[in-house]
Amino acid sequence: MKENSVLEMRNIHKSFPGVRALQGVDFTLCEGEIHALMGENGAGKSTLIKVLTGVYEKDEGEIYLKGLNKPAVIKSPQDAQNLGISTVYQEITLCPNLTVAENMYIGRGKGQITNWNKMNKDADKILQNLGIPARANQQLGSCSIAIQQMVAIARAVDMDCKVLILDEPTSSLDDSEVEKLFGLMNDLKARGVGIIFVTHFLDQVYAVCDKITVLRDGQLVGEYVIEDLPRVQLVAKMLGKELDDMEDIKGEAAVYSGADADQNLLEAEGLQSDAGIKPFNFHIKKGEVNGFTGLLGSGRSESVRAIFGADHVLKGSVKVEGKTVKIHKPLDAMKAGIAYLPEDRKIDGIVGDLSVRENIILAAQVLKGFFHPFSKAQANKFADEYIKLLEIKTASADTPIKSLSGGNQQKCILARWLLTHPKYLILDEPTRGIDIGTKIEIQKLVLKLASEGMSVTFISSETDEMLRTCSRLIVMRDRRVVGELSGQELTQTKVMETIAGGEA
Amino acid sequence: MAEKKLNSPGGISRLFRMQMFIPIVALIILAVFNLILDPGFFSITMGTNSAGDPVLSGYLITILDNGSEVAILAIGMTLVTAACGGQDISVGATTAIAGSVILRILVGGGDGELQAPIIVAFLVACIVSMLFGAFNGVLVSIFNIQPMVATLILYTAGRSIAAWINNNELPIVTDPSYTYFGGFIPGIPIPTPFFIAAICVIVIMLVLKFTNLGLYTQAVGINASSSRLNGINPTFIKFLSFVILGLCVAVVGLIKTSRISTINYSVIAKDIEMDAILAVALGGNALSGGKFNIMSSVLGAYVIQFLTTTLYKLQVSSDALPAYKAVVVIVLVVISAPAVKAKFASIGKKMRARKEAA
Amino acid sequence: MAGKGNAESKAMPKRGMTDSNKLLLITIIVFVAMYAGAMIFLGEGFLKVQTFCNLLNNNAALIITACGLSIVMITGGIDISVGGVVALVSMSCAVNLDYLNGNIFTSIMVALGIGLAFGIVQGFLVAYLDIQPFIVSLAGMFFARGMTTIVHSQPFNVANEAFQALKNTRIKLPFGSVNAKGVFVNAYVEIGVVVAIAIVVILFCVLRWMKLGRSFYAVGGNQQSALMLGINVKRTRFIAQLLSGLLAGIAGYVYFMHVGSGSPSHASGMEMNAIATSIIGGTLLTGGVGNIFGTFLGVLSLGLIQNIVSSIGLDQAWWTGITVAAMLCLFLVIQSVIMAQSRKKKAAV
Repeated sequence: MKENSVLEMRNIHKSFPGVRALQGVDFTLCEGEIHALMGENGAGKSTLIKVLTGVYEKDEGEIYLKGLNKPAVIKSPQDAQNLGISTVYQEITLCPNLTVAENMYIGRGKGQITNWNKMNKDADKILQNLGIPARANQQLGSCSIAIQQMVAIARAVDMDCKVLILDEPTSSLDDSEVEKLFGLMNDLKARGVGIIFVTHFLDQVYAVCDKITVLRDGQLVGEYVIEDLPRVQLVAKMLGKELDDMEDIKGEAAVYSGADADQNLLEAEGLQSDAGIKPFNFHIKKGEVNGFTGLLGSGRSESVRAIFGADHVLKGSVKVEGKTVKIHKPLDAMKAGIAYLPEDRKIDGIVGDLSVRENIILAAQVLKGFFHPFSKAQANKFADEYIKLLEIKTASADTPIKSLSGGNQQKCILARWLLTHPKYLILDEPTRGIDIGTKIEIQKLVLKLASEGMSVTFISSETDEMLRTCSRLIVMRDRRVVGELSGQELTQTKVMETIAGGEA
Repeated sequence: MAEKKLNSPGGISRLFRMQMFIPIVALIILAVFNLILDPGFFSITMGTNSAGDPVLSGYLITILDNGSEVAILAIGMTLVTAACGGQDISVGATTAIAGSVILRILVGGGDGELQAPIIVAFLVACIVSMLFGAFNGVLVSIFNIQPMVATLILYTAGRSIAAWINNNELPIVTDPSYTYFGGFIPGIPIPTPFFIAAICVIVIMLVLKFTNLGLYTQAVGINASSSRLNGINPTFIKFLSFVILGLCVAVVGLIKTSRISTINYSVIAKDIEMDAILAVALGGNALSGGKFNIMSSVLGAYVIQFLTTTLYKLQVSSDALPAYKAVVVIVLVVISAPAVKAKFASIGKKMRARKEAA
Repeated sequence: MAGKGNAESKAMPKRGMTDSNKLLLITIIVFVAMYAGAMIFLGEGFLKVQTFCNLLNNNAALIITACGLSIVMITGGIDISVGGVVALVSMSCAVNLDYLNGNIFTSIMVALGIGLAFGIVQGFLVAYLDIQPFIVSLAGMFFARGMTTIVHSQPFNVANEAFQALKNTRIKLPFGSVNAKGVFVNAYVEIGVVVAIAIVVILFCVLRWMKLGRSFYAVGGNQQSALMLGINVKRTRFIAQLLSGLLAGIAGYVYFMHVGSGSPSHASGMEMNAIATSIIGGTLLTGGVGNIFGTFLGVLSLGLIQNIVSSIGLDQAWWTGITVAAMLCLFLVIQSVIMAQSRKKKAAV
């Protein structure tokens, strides 16, 4: 081992049935550094992390830890914890039925007896120090997702770890929470903890990291000091090709020149759902691409869910092409020609065990009706057509969708909705958690569809992505619409100002 | 994409993954076992029954006859399992209710003469059974109660309700035409329950072919939230599966009461819920819901009856029967457990690797 | 940015009641209300201390099995073999005492051995081979019921004297009531009740304070998370299933001491009663929520219903079935409404 390294992984191999997820990957983490682990979806980041944390057992290779003379044996998350490796995952991996304090202390420490008083006191102290607005004896399930994420981090921080792994921890945090997290990371760094940071947000990488390790197709591309690797090159390394596409897409605006280009496709007035958003008005023109923007939790997803009838609509009226339609449930919206690609692909999007084909035809099938199933030949034709059109990488149309990578799953869901030939397509974070190549494909597709006359609402956490695609932005704050930007106003600064509010 | 295909799986492992694999193998093992023990097991003879009609008899006919009730229930149980990820344990008790309703309408309080056409009694029983199914369905789909627990209610109360319907009397049907459903139709030597089961299977197969019931049920079972956003109504699909099961229960109630022309509230269709659930599991359907194969379940039902008949032939008393069934079930479930399968697969891989090296 | 003002406006959240406590509270209220109602409207019998003690005497075995079941249910599993195990234990012990020259000690060993064996096998299948607990214990139930008739097919009363003495031992309590003749009679409980209460107390402490107990909750709350939090999920599930089997063995002996006979039809439907009482006691079948004290009250509620039904003079078997079912229905709906509410609240945060 090198002198100041806390962790060295050598020649790690891991296969799953049909997939070689890791092929001889090396990884080195030094004391007091923040090390970004980058790669497209399916590059092997999560697998590497899970090998390190004992969720998967590696097929080959060694893991060395500081202070250990021989290769470390990590067969379970518990082993990893005992060796000083703590992890915060993207999905909340805490138990909602236990209290906050229990979630911070369970599964570690010696002794069989729980001292509730001491545990609650200790936990409260840590929560206070980190500025987390939660109580130790509160049931975790009653906290918001962001706070649950913070509790997970608090747990990891308190474990006196040598290696801290943050696996996309920021995807459910808003900007101020992210800043708080960065402060925390820098503190730990100063204390000599090695931090592995996995994220899709390039900004965040360049804001806190010291080094970057890039993986591609289960293989190591290289380890770089951050100053030596400009963004464009990082992206190129991740994709394995020089990338002009990023530049390409800029400046292209959706232009639909049909005769009905000025007509409102959809008008909503005083729409309110039970998800806690304030009544809002909304309209979209034929062939227009607009977007909802705002911080996480500002109500942007809830707004589009209300339009689609995904949440229970309390009041408000919706007109599609001038005609009033009643939208109580998703099927009503689908019948009116609206399609909705949901924010959470896993929970609301894919039907995991069903094949790619069945996933693609699902919505169209439902629209066609319970008593009119597609014939096998038809279903095959549709599936093959869209697999080809969207370049979905799958072994066959019979493959269960859950075995595809995130980006390809997302393409299937997109195919599902395109197959219904919607007039109005709502895309809620279609690019979250998927690789850059697919991101760009999706952005291009959106513009293409719009130029053919489809109206699209696009939501993304990445403002520059929105600026590239949308011609009008609806800005939300605290669950209400606070502004609308278009034309010359569409700049980073102006958007930020509007999100932050006039007084900021 | 990191996916690189390893060697494509061989024929054996593909067979392993086939859903019908378990019931078929179980059937073959049982058949071979009986063949070795006594080839006479498979003999079928033509005789006459007490009414003087020609009937086939033999162990195989017994299996086709007695396995039918479980097979019919397995149809509905498979749908409930797939949509809700749980099972209905009240089918035995609701069978008692259905049977009780039929008898009440046919001869209730009378001297055994038919007071109403059988078809009317049956249709009323269907409606009542579907209502009880709907009760379970409401608890499961609207109140989000786990199916096993929700149906525990009728499991506990069902037989009491059945007895109450006939004021705890045991009406007896004397009309011979009523015995046709559980016995033989004059002139046809094959037991009627088998025909009824076959009709049920054909009907459900047609329904699955000409509607989207299969796709909707699986989608709801795998991911209810996503199904909802695709315009499917998961609540209704879950509810519907229970109503369909209710219909199956009514058919079984007819067969069961027809077999003895009366009813015994505490014994009728006893433990049949367990057999029906086993049939679903034996058919290789995940009890946690999702993908399903009804033919596989039906086959599973007959395998269970095959096993029962084999054990009877070995002089096992009917009370001790469950112990042997349990052992068989455990063996089957262990073999098909993913953890064990993975172990087998890795052993196989090693052996193959060794062979290649040699 | 917007974050600044935000952090201060986020007031400390109220602690709120945990789901576990909410459900327990309902159970307590219902039980107390029912008992008070019985005292007021049915009077006499329910005012006596002995009536309450008899509730315990008659249901000691059910208390023990229900406790085991609660633990399994808290970890997200189920064990429907318990009734069968109780029947098998009582039959085996009866045979051991009367036909095999056994004594009290050997019969207790038989009971514990059977319980442990069921626990270990089922636990292994559920935890390490990852087979669904419902199907495993379903087979367990079939096996136990079948074995009972294989051990001995006819019901019979045990004649062993030492056992008769043990069976008839009554522990007098320092309080009681005045009987019809005006003589003060001490209330009594059977040995089984002492065992049951000891088990309730021990398990309550284990679930509340021991790491193992908290692991049960964690595993039931979210298995994947529990694994990531460093809990040995397989071992925890194994222990839960093991405990349920062992407790069923103990319950079998307690039941045996209460009835003093072996019969294949003993404890029929006990697994369903145990599940029902656990649920009435506030255990969620989805796992993660439950309380041993609640389960204890759940069993007493069930016993109370039986008492009320028979004291009104209705046919016991019928009406108990129907009232228990109605009560189960009520509790399930209440639970489902509460859980839906807390979900909604969370979404609004």
